[in-house]
Amino acid sequence: MSTTLEIKDLYVEVDSKEILKGLSLKIEHGEMAAIMGPNGSGKSTLASVLAGKEGYNIVNGTIKYLGNDLLKMSTEERASSGVFLAFQYPVEIPGVATSTFVRTALNAQRRNRGEDELDAMEFLKLARQKAKELEMSEDFFQRAVNVGFSGGEKKRAEVFQMSMLSPTLAILDETDSGLDIDALKIVAEGVNKLRDNKLSGIVITHYQRLLDYLKPDTIHILADGKIIKTGDKSLALLLEEKGYQGITGAN
Amino acid sequence: MAANTETISAVEKATKDYKYGFVTDIETEFAPKGLSEDIVKFISKKNDEPLWLLEWRLDAYRKWLKMNTEEPKWANIHFPKIDFQDAYYYAAPKSDADKPKSLDEIDPEILSTYNKLGIPIKEQEMLAGIVGSGNVAVDAVFDSVSVATTFKSKLSELGIIFCPISEAVKKHPDLVKKYLGSVVPQTDNFYAALNSAVYSDGSFVYIPEGVRCPMDLSTYFRINAAETGQFERTLIIADKGSYVSYLEGCTAPMRDENQLHAAVVELVALDDAEIKYSTVQNWYPGDENGKGGIYNFVTKRGACRGVNSKISWTQVETGSSITWKYPSVLLQGDNSIGEFYSVAISNKKQQADTGTKMIHIGKNTKSTIISKGISAGHGQQTYRGLVRMQAGADNATNFSQCDSLLIGKNCGGHTVPYIDSRNPTAEVAHEATTSKISDEQLFYVQQRGLNPEEAVALIVNGFAKEVLKKLPMEFAVEAQKLLGVSLEGSVG
Ligand SMILES: Nc1ncnc2c1ncn2[C@@H]1O[C@H](COP(=O)(O)OP(=O)(O)OP(=O)(O)O)[C@@H](O)[C@H]1O
Ligand SMILES: [Mg+2]
Repeated sequence: MSTTLEIKDLYVEVDSKEILKGLSLKIEHGEMAAIMGPNGSGKSTLASVLAGKEGYNIVNGTIKYLGNDLLKMSTEERASSGVFLAFQYPVEIPGVATSTFVRTALNAQRRNRGEDELDAMEFLKLARQKAKELEMSEDFFQRAVNVGFSGGEKKRAEVFQMSMLSPTLAILDETDSGLDIDALKIVAEGVNKLRDNKLSGIVITHYQRLLDYLKPDTIHILADGKIIKTGDKSLALLLEEKGYQGITGAN
Repeated sequence: MAANTETISAVEKATKDYKYGFVTDIETEFAPKGLSEDIVKFISKKNDEPLWLLEWRLDAYRKWLKMNTEEPKWANIHFPKIDFQDAYYYAAPKSDADKPKSLDEIDPEILSTYNKLGIPIKEQEMLAGIVGSGNVAVDAVFDSVSVATTFKSKLSELGIIFCPISEAVKKHPDLVKKYLGSVVPQTDNFYAALNSAVYSDGSFVYIPEGVRCPMDLSTYFRINAAETGQFERTLIIADKGSYVSYLEGCTAPMRDENQLHAAVVELVALDDAEIKYSTVQNWYPGDENGKGGIYNFVTKRGACRGVNSKISWTQVETGSSITWKYPSVLLQGDNSIGEFYSVAISNKKQQADTGTKMIHIGKNTKSTIISKGISAGHGQQTYRGLVRMQAGADNATNFSQCDSLLIGKNCGGHTVPYIDSRNPTAEVAHEATTSKISDEQLFYVQQRGLNPEEAVALIVNGFAKEVLKKLPMEFAVEAQKLLGVSLEGSVG
């Protein structure tokens, strides 16, 4: 197995406040890793740093993605080379139809990779197929990106975008929160489908239920800016039982 | 919607410099510098005009002289005083006297200019006269004098007149005499008076009673000779029950001297007639410091003279160093409708003071104003609108929506709505919003694979969508490209 992502000793500041403090993490090709951790421990911060959001001061550490220095790549380069972030709080883009948005994104990525763009018909065919798999009505194609979407609809639309863009490394930041029980299952199946294509994933969640469906290979506990424990699915069950206090105490 | 993708690729292709910054090398025949009665006579003579028109011009010139101290000061724009004696008022391609009958006779330089402007292939084919190549007629104004007019025969079968106004003066003097200055009087404002005195040429359109013009009529304007003020004059008359859609688009070459552009456009819609006037305006905006850009002081006004008539202005304003422009509608006929849809961008040091006037005179008249102002860099943008309900405008209604979008910290967006209602049954509704492109939005879009400029273009096109969708299809694509190109360098 080759390595998709390798983070070594990462220290990150925001507004001169230290948030990640010596975080190391390795994701192998095709691996699905779950990250759990208390509120405010730095999970979304990690996701943003990986995706290339501005405003983070990388004080120390390295991140290798598919053998390249991820920190040297622009946000759009990362996206085009397969890094996808499903946002904890998806952003509204008024006036831009969801299908226009996804098509523009897909074709921008394809251009950046030196591939041919999809024409309108090819795109529509693909979009219809993915919407159907996720049991989404096509009505949202014409609705402005995330505008007026319910919490659950936003999360589902993120997964739709992900399956359209078929990433190499997907970071799902609490994609399960806000989804009803049925939607959770459908979304998880959507993600699992991508795993067949050797998707590597980082799934950030607070709940066991999503993990039941996704069956992650590894579970990491992030607390106070670093990974304090790594294990298999039994770790999540232990967590469920004892809470973070219990685990940190036991450490 | 393919158009956003088009925008993205246009932005990608465009360089940092003004894309259309080239100067065509065609010998220009100038009138001497400066403005005097002799120059007015020279221009009139060049156009081979009848005496009544010369007198009309001279009359306007004398009125302008009296107004000379009255250059408008109220707009939120700032520029050095213009020396009106230090400019040329007439320039024409040398072929003027002997106008070409077909495209073969047209200067290849001019054709290559159209190429550089990216005039759609379809329209180029039509310019080339290829049979059955579509239905947009192009009255190409190159500098001040029309050099190519196509599709005339097709239009004339329907009795439609679409020609340079200089030609209309000769062939249809009664129509010109009746309507010229009837919507924008000579003394309407400083620049309208100047235009009336020295206008060089422009387009004339007449749609006869009951005729629906089967194609969009389109004109490309282009300032070409250095230091030549441009004074276009457009007159469009839609007779009873007729319909016409008119497109105006322009780009200008890069240069150092500030250039004055003071056009006048007059529209007249008679009973049950409709005029749709769309503009994509892209005069050279000047460099980072605003140097060298066009001063665009335009008077555009339509008169809904007949009952049930309708006039819509749709504009996409991306250029000029200074824009001063208020396309307006006089709603005279009962049940008439006026519309104004506008997207304006101010980037770098651009200043735009633009908006509309809706003057409700007839009963049950209705107006809609949708204005989308985008400011970036050190751009300053003011929406200035007047809605007036005259005493006789029973049950008149207006709806106005003015949205401003700010990109960065050094720009400004201002909204100045004037409402003047003299009729208690009239209703006026005004909404205004100001928003910013947030870092969260930019990150979200870039995370999906777009570079910062593509991301801005996409968000801006979304913001302007309500207006862009009012444009004819091909024009909308062009406009979306322009929005992207105009905002280059506004982030990062
Ligand atoms: N711009 C900022 N300025 C100051 N503090 C910040 C900023 N952004 C994040 N933080 C802080 O960094 C810490 C980590 O935030 P982060 O969003 O990564 O937490 P999280 O683990 O995702 O939490 P949750 O489970 O609630 O989503 C929090 O204490 C947060 O308040
Ligand atoms: Mg979070």
